[in-house]
Amino acid sequence: MNEQEGYADEVVKGFIIWSMVWGLVAVLLGVVISLQLAFPQLNVPPYFSYGRLRPIHTNAGIFGWGIGSFMAFFIYITQRLAKTRLWSPGLARVQLWLFNVVIALAAVTLLLGMNRSKEYAELEWPVALLIVVLWVIFAVNIVMTIVKRREEQMYISLWYILATLVGVAVLYLVNNAAIPVSFTKSYSAFAGANDANVQWWYGHNAVAMVLTTPPLAIFYYFLPKSTGVPIYSHRMGVIAFWSLIFMYLWTGAHHLLWAPVPDWVQTLAMAFSIMLIAPSWAAVFNGYFSMNGQWHQMRENYLAKFLIFGITFYGLQTLQGPSQAVRTFSAFIHFTDWVPGHVHMGTLGWVSLVLFAAIYYTIPKLYHTDLYSIPLANLHFWLAVAGQLIFSISMWIAGVQQATMLNATNPDGSLHYSFMETLIELYPYWHVRVLGGIIYFASLLVFIYNIARTIAGGKADALAQKA
Amino acid sequence: MIEKKPIIFLLLATVTILIGTAVTMVAPFKWINDPKLAIASVTPYTPLQLEGRDIYIREGCNNCHTQTVRPLLADTERYGEYSKSGEFAYDQPFLWGSRRTGPDLARIGGKYPDAWHLKHMVDPQSMVPRSNMPEYGFLRQPLDTHLTERKMQALKFPYSQADLAALTGKSELDALTAYLQKLGNDIPWRKAARTEVVGELKNPFQENKAILPEAKALYQQHCAQCHGKDLEGELGPALLDLDKPDAEVFGTIYSGSPDAGMPGFGDSLGKERTWKLVTFLKSQHRR
Repeated sequence: MNEQEGYADEVVKGFIIWSMVWGLVAVLLGVVISLQLAFPQLNVPPYFSYGRLRPIHTNAGIFGWGIGSFMAFFIYITQRLAKTRLWSPGLARVQLWLFNVVIALAAVTLLLGMNRSKEYAELEWPVALLIVVLWVIFAVNIVMTIVKRREEQMYISLWYILATLVGVAVLYLVNNAAIPVSFTKSYSAFAGANDANVQWWYGHNAVAMVLTTPPLAIFYYFLPKSTGVPIYSHRMGVIAFWSLIFMYLWTGAHHLLWAPVPDWVQTLAMAFSIMLIAPSWAAVFNGYFSMNGQWHQMRENYLAKFLIFGITFYGLQTLQGPSQAVRTFSAFIHFTDWVPGHVHMGTLGWVSLVLFAAIYYTIPKLYHTDLYSIPLANLHFWLAVAGQLIFSISMWIAGVQQATMLNATNPDGSLHYSFMETLIELYPYWHVRVLGGIIYFASLLVFIYNIARTIAGGKADALAQKA
Repeated sequence: MIEKKPIIFLLLATVTILIGTAVTMVAPFKWINDPKLAIASVTPYTPLQLEGRDIYIREGCNNCHTQTVRPLLADTERYGEYSKSGEFAYDQPFLWGSRRTGPDLARIGGKYPDAWHLKHMVDPQSMVPRSNMPEYGFLRQPLDTHLTERKMQALKFPYSQADLAALTGKSELDALTAYLQKLGNDIPWRKAARTEVVGELKNPFQENKAILPEAKALYQQHCAQCHGKDLEGELGPALLDLDKPDAEVFGTIYSGSPDAGMPGFGDSLGKERTWKLVTFLKSQHRR
């Protein structure tokens, strides 16, 4: 089938499998560091302490699991929407190798304490340079494939793919500007409040260009494929796309509310964050309205369940996010556990659920077989949703409780609680979070087992046919 | 239609992204670097402080500790004067952080004596019971100084050969402590913020034995780490047989005594609990 159409799919398989490996590492490390927060004696310095492991957790999650699987599906989707073979399958194989080398290097260097300290841009300059090479290879291959396409109209997924390619490049190059001191040490090229403002322009738009536009590209492709219904409104998609990529870039400073960066930058960030509800929810509505008359598929089609829950968490995420970007609410919950609760609804809920659906859809196709077990996929779904909700909800409550305590005052105007009195109240919530993380980890084991059995079944079928 | 022209589409998307970038990322440089925001008393890091800062970065301290005091009551009462952009002029990278699992450190400099930090890093729970901070005893290893001069040059910070020579024999922990002691101390906020309690100070709990159990618990939580479980003295002096008047003891606990390394507790305890502590202290005698 696919071979006859001439699509380069071997590399897609490679990216899917490796992204699953890194995803498992990310969640395992997440469980480890959540345990360390609750039981500090589990820190084993120097290498296995929270301060060094947490960046590996975020990098493995965002870049290993996230970018790895986006690379898989960008290559998969682009070929099919362009109705042509990948421009250079050889280059894509180099890309897969380089990708794994870079993620492994990231893990090792961070463990050794080589760390630029800027969130999601921690990697020292030699590794960062390799990432630039990786991204150029990837971008050129995708753009060239689109250029030589045999389908004139570019479907909406391709727009999000193109925006991702250019967006990540701009963000990464600027925020990684550094003054090298040695091969393993550099300083940021920017200082103080300037550095903070550049960092959060990057940090928040990593959320845009890594955790929003790629999953949207994947959602817009796999929802019609999985359900057999077309996207509700092309026009709404057009408006949402341009307003999303326009407005996102203004919002970085909502991470710096009340910090010493200019007030007007903070106010703009706040306003644009609220405005972003519109394009975000346009995508949510596009998903929901596409399901008109098809809602029974939520019972019958496990893929629809993953995708619609995913887009629902996206909708919740894009309401909660703007609310946090308002000065008054930010004053209350910023710096508390509320924020990790928010982030994990986006990553474990929205991004990962959509990726699970895409993997469940493509792996049987790529190996010419059926999924090993739909009941196991359903089990995976419910474990993942339960684990994520336990995590996020416990952190929201913890955040509100700590914020309330931190703000409590005595009649004479002094503060009612010392910092430590607020911290010790968090331990029970941290225990609950560990439980949520373990349930999510268990869901991944079910997922990986199911996919592994599917691949093994596909290979066995192929052998039987040859014989 | 641009949906049929990928290269034009790509260019348009780039322009769209660059508009917000230009306004909110590029333009603010001009505002932040306004000479009016510069603070003359803010100094670059010394070689020892810079090495300490690099250890702070290496160990990922910024994953749990923020370094910005917001102009909000809960922040300024707890940590001190709110942060100004001019204070961070030499911070490459900035270390404001995003999650306060531990307390903010923007004003930690001068709050505790060096000896407190050394003890706290080696065994955090001995100084702050139930803290979830990892222990950093391994930082007692010797400081690696082979890059120090290049680091100072890269950042264009002034230094002398004597500064570099003074690094011999220092441990990583010494460097980290030197860095922490500088934090927030470039502006003379501590003196200005010191609350002098005025008016007639009268202990409302004098001779009130009922509050002693609660006051003892407060002592164990806030004071025992430095003054000893039985007031016998450790980093701080022994407190048995205090012969100072109540009002003076109150003033020391409430506002601290920076020169002696005693932090003020008024912000976190308030007046009532401070008086309870005074009452407890005055009730403790050598047997």
